[in-house]
Amino acid sequence: MSYKIPGFRHPNLPKNELGYTTKDYEGAVSTLCAGCGHDSISAAIIEACFEMSIQPHRVAKLSGIGCSSKTPTYFLGNSHGFNSVHGRMPSVATGANMANRNMLYVGISGDGDTASIGMGQFVHAVRRNVNMVYICENNGVYGLTKGQDSATTDIGSKSKKGEPNALEPINLCAIALQLGATFVANSFSGDKSQLVPIIKAAIAHQGFSFINVISPCVTFNNVVSSTKSYDYIRQHMASTNSVDYVPPASEITTEYEPGTTERVTMHDGSVISLHKLDPNLDIHSRRSALEMIYEYSAQDKVLTGVLFIDPDADEIHKTMNTTTTPLRNLTEKELCPGAAALETINELHR
Amino acid sequence: MKRDIITNEFVVKFANVNGTGSASANKLFSRSVFRMGVPISPKNIFPSNIQGLPTWYEVRINEKGFLARRGGIDVMIGMNPQSMQRDIAEVEKGGYFIYDSTKPLDPGWLRDDIDFIGLPLTEKCREMYEDPRQRQLFRNIMYVGALVALFGMEIDVVKQLISDQFKGKEQLVAPNVKALETGFGLAQDSYPCPFAFRIARRNNVGNRILMDGNEACGLGAVYGGGSVCAWYPITPSTSVIDNFSRYCRKFRIDSETGAKNFAVVQAEDELAAIGMVIGASWNGARAFTATSGPGLSLMQEFLGLAYFAEIPTVLIDVQRAGPSTGMPTRTQQSDIITAAYASHGDTKHICLYPSTPRECFEFTATAFDLAERFQTPVLVMSDLDLGMNDNMSDPFEWDDARTYDRGKVFNRDDLENMQERFGRYLDIDGDGVPYRTYPGTHPTKGSFFTRGTSKDEYAIYTEAGEKYIGNMERLLRKWDTASEYVPKPTHCTTDKPCTVGVIYYGTSEAATREALYHLNNLHGISLDCLGIKAFPFTREVQDFIDSHEYVFVVEQNRDAQMRSLLINEFDYNPDQLVPLLHFDGSPITARFIRHEIRDWILQTTTTPRRRRK
Repeated sequence: MSYKIPGFRHPNLPKNELGYTTKDYEGAVSTLCAGCGHDSISAAIIEACFEMSIQPHRVAKLSGIGCSSKTPTYFLGNSHGFNSVHGRMPSVATGANMANRNMLYVGISGDGDTASIGMGQFVHAVRRNVNMVYICENNGVYGLTKGQDSATTDIGSKSKKGEPNALEPINLCAIALQLGATFVANSFSGDKSQLVPIIKAAIAHQGFSFINVISPCVTFNNVVSSTKSYDYIRQHMASTNSVDYVPPASEITTEYEPGTTERVTMHDGSVISLHKLDPNLDIHSRRSALEMIYEYSAQDKVLTGVLFIDPDADEIHKTMNTTTTPLRNLTEKELCPGAAALETINELHR
Repeated sequence: MKRDIITNEFVVKFANVNGTGSASANKLFSRSVFRMGVPISPKNIFPSNIQGLPTWYEVRINEKGFLARRGGIDVMIGMNPQSMQRDIAEVEKGGYFIYDSTKPLDPGWLRDDIDFIGLPLTEKCREMYEDPRQRQLFRNIMYVGALVALFGMEIDVVKQLISDQFKGKEQLVAPNVKALETGFGLAQDSYPCPFAFRIARRNNVGNRILMDGNEACGLGAVYGGGSVCAWYPITPSTSVIDNFSRYCRKFRIDSETGAKNFAVVQAEDELAAIGMVIGASWNGARAFTATSGPGLSLMQEFLGLAYFAEIPTVLIDVQRAGPSTGMPTRTQQSDIITAAYASHGDTKHICLYPSTPRECFEFTATAFDLAERFQTPVLVMSDLDLGMNDNMSDPFEWDDARTYDRGKVFNRDDLENMQERFGRYLDIDGDGVPYRTYPGTHPTKGSFFTRGTSKDEYAIYTEAGEKYIGNMERLLRKWDTASEYVPKPTHCTTDKPCTVGVIYYGTSEAATREALYHLNNLHGISLDCLGIKAFPFTREVQDFIDSHEYVFVVEQNRDAQMRSLLINEFDYNPDQLVPLLHFDGSPITARFIRHEIRDWILQTTTTPRRRRK
């Protein structure tokens, strides 16, 4: 691995609508282990944001503690980042979102963060439908503390130095669905062609977008006995759909056989085009999504793709009816009732 | 019993069953006294329970304006059979016990050094009302009517308050007035009115107001520009948020669109509440939370992050009796050390100690300025006594020319014109306070990574020892700067030569001031005193202690926490600071302080409430 990002880039790097190249979306050099799934996810985020021409400084990256939570340093270097405390990213992101509803919030978390110490916060951010992209980089193992099983480790799965796990795993996509998440997807860090459009769709979605990304830990959990190794996922991965993200006012060019493609129009006018690989999934039905997850799981398959979208649900600001001006931009004029009103209040207490 | 007439200087206590609507009747009584120009200080003494357990309401009436709990009861209105025996026992010699004579009193409870006045309240209610709920509610108004007769109060004042109270629900005025008059008549029929304790009109209230500290804090957060509030329900802080929300609905909703210029999020727990506050503050909003001891314990980890990553955070701690769940509805000043040094590692937080509703209002509004100026947590340390009881207070004031101090923030133009590299933790001005940027300010400049890990001046992760020390020492420099900005202590010095001082803070103020007045008048002991208003301690606190041979530190906790803080921060010899501690969950009384100081000074005891060595 290298310790310094070389400054040189190909002079003809393509530019997006803002005139930026992918270089403008990169961050510091990763300090994760070579081959870590998390780095592929960072690369997918960079690609998605570049292709969607998102202004990097209008993004806030938030995370908790753990290997996954280090990654916001490694993408979108012109965005503010916040590496908070273990498992508490959802509350910090909720607060940040309250202060300014007009930015894009990307929360990066791991399975320790999301399924254990921060489960309560995850659950409630989902319930509130906070407008954010929540990516759980799920490797089924505690990396920074060197290899303990996590709450998403499958029964019988065995990490490099562990015993076979005896406890029931937490399926984060299923939980998100049950809690009312308005966008739920499952993906794999090794499948960039699927992950990038899913991230784009999640960004386009107004509300809580949950993406569980299976992201193998090369150091502690990439062994034959593990169900979260590269080999295992490649052999057991099934896709319910392939996803195309079509920006607003763009022509849809990909053609599939009639009846096999579903188009979901998002709030910003973009279209998520889902080419169904399994006709049984109804993308607008939580029940259908849950059934599919368990059905595939029973066949030892890991179901990936966009599992559920509700593009019409109200995100938290809409529910609360907060002003369209970011709250942080309000001044004394809007916030302070002034001396005369205070005297009236005094009078009511005499 | 031969009696002297005592006017406007006594203590009345109501013994009720909680959940029976007695609170509003009792409040009607105390407000009527207040409207007659006589200073009052009511205290709710209630259980951690919703319905059926004993609850008390103690009102000190004092035309001289002494507002602490005095200690002792002169007139008891005993409406709760459950607590009646001890309620009778609590009445001071020469006092009265007023009770519902529908059921005869247990003869074994009678005392001959007080007078008993029986009123057939329940009987009368049965006669007048069909609905059981009405019987219960109007019985409360009836005893208020009886007190009006017994104390010789102006009944028109009470009637006016009733009609003020039911503005918009006028149909309720007449039945309440009728119950009031019925009670008035019952008292006249049962006992010669007025009796020996009298309430007579005075002009001693002036323009002062009657408000509880939680409403004052909630209002202070509105005036101080708090726009994001995240909280988790906990007694006794909940009404801070209730009041913030209520005043926001009144003042912060756009009349055309109905859109809200505020956000209140009820979090899933205190950890999330403080996390949301930190997230919102990081993103440039003025955000706050309110909690009590158990919540403060849960917020520790995040407070350390806010300290180390330097994020403004406003927290109102309405203290209650600990440790653990403790006595949730009883008061204490026992979060002093937890608040001052919250979280692991080396941390210190700005704390403000309000004594009155006016200070609750001002300190809460100021807390936002301090938090943003110093990019750090600011804790407003109220308590249950101040927060949940009506306190007489100077009216609140606001200068319309006042602007919010948003602290050191680089905006887009600053960044655009900046030639050098932006350093989030660079001490440019030498005062320890760096410049921050809000997310989303500039396309290519001013972004940084906020982290709870050690970092250099440019917010880059580092474990280099000298960088770590440089940062930690800059935080101390910032702390020293803050000591020049926090509210100054209040002084009250005697004109006589004096080698002994008294330090108090928060709700120990009124009782301490009164005790000192009586020590001077009754015992010829005159002492200097100083009320601490903030941590970091200002220069004046040190000067005060240095200029006295020894100093009493009055506080409402077992372990003398403020004294420990003073010793720890200033390296004082512990012998120089004498702890004076009250911690049974009730508000500290003037009598207690007076006796302790008198006994110590006259050397009848050598260890007043001293911790065992």
